[in-house]
Amino acid sequence: MHISERLNLTFAALADPTRRAILARLATGEATVTELAGPFEMSQPAISKHLKVLERAGLISVDVDAQRRPRKLEPKRLAEAVDWIERYREIFEQNYQRLDALLGELQAKPSGRKQTKK
Amino acid sequence: MPKPAEVTLPSDREVRVTRTFNAPRQLVWDAHTSPELVRKWQGYEGWDMPVCEMDVRVGGKYKWQWKNREDGNQFGFLGTFTDVDNPSKLVHEQYFDPGDMDFAMPTGDPCIVSLELSEQNGVTTLVCTLKFASKQAREEAVSTGMTDGMEHSYTRLDEMFKAAA
Repeated sequence: MHISERLNLTFAALADPTRRAILARLATGEATVTELAGPFEMSQPAISKHLKVLERAGLISVDVDAQRRPRKLEPKRLAEAVDWIERYREIFEQNYQRLDALLGELQAKPSGRKQTKK
Repeated sequence: MPKPAEVTLPSDREVRVTRTFNAPRQLVWDAHTSPELVRKWQGYEGWDMPVCEMDVRVGGKYKWQWKNREDGNQFGFLGTFTDVDNPSKLVHEQYFDPGDMDFAMPTGDPCIVSLELSEQNGVTTLVCTLKFASKQAREEAVSTGMTDGMEHSYTRLDEMFKAAA
């Protein structure tokens, strides 16, 4: 799968608050569907549906060998999505730090430059 | 020091960057629309900006080009201003120039870059929204070569800020 398709799946999966809450729960350790359904006012099939979306996005995996079939977090895919946003942030932030310095300079000597007026 | 830039994804084609500046809005506007000021901050460490031409009015064109100090590679952006409301809103349609385009406009869909500035108590909030032609265009925009060049240079940039502080 191309990285952009993978990111699409990841961001679509992350767009839902219930799924984000499930990920937050799994960040503390693996859990079964029953355990995951516990804190939500939601049927087990509804939770299973959310889990499938997360699974397809590669954000969680199922241990099929264990009888309880616990779900666990796949941190690599989440990191990939965060990295991508972080790169955007860095590009802008580096520019804006230079802009901070420039704005400071311009304000230190206001007579040095005439401001444009509308 | 202002809080670092925040990035959100309002839709699957957009990226929104929010940042505050300790300066009046008019000055932030000037820094975005005056070529002599733009070339002082907009760019990438290790890259010079030999071309910075901007005709800031609706329908006016602009062209930005950077050149790598070490290998001489070039790339840039060019486009057309579609909304100019000094000092609060600037919108332009932007095309990536891999380095061999003159003022010729490329075909295909541009990225729509929208800059909004608001001021409160002398602090200006900047909201920059980039609306790409597709989800894929959004994700590929960060994987172009320029970002690699930048990442090697972060330490030098830090030194520059220390010197300027």
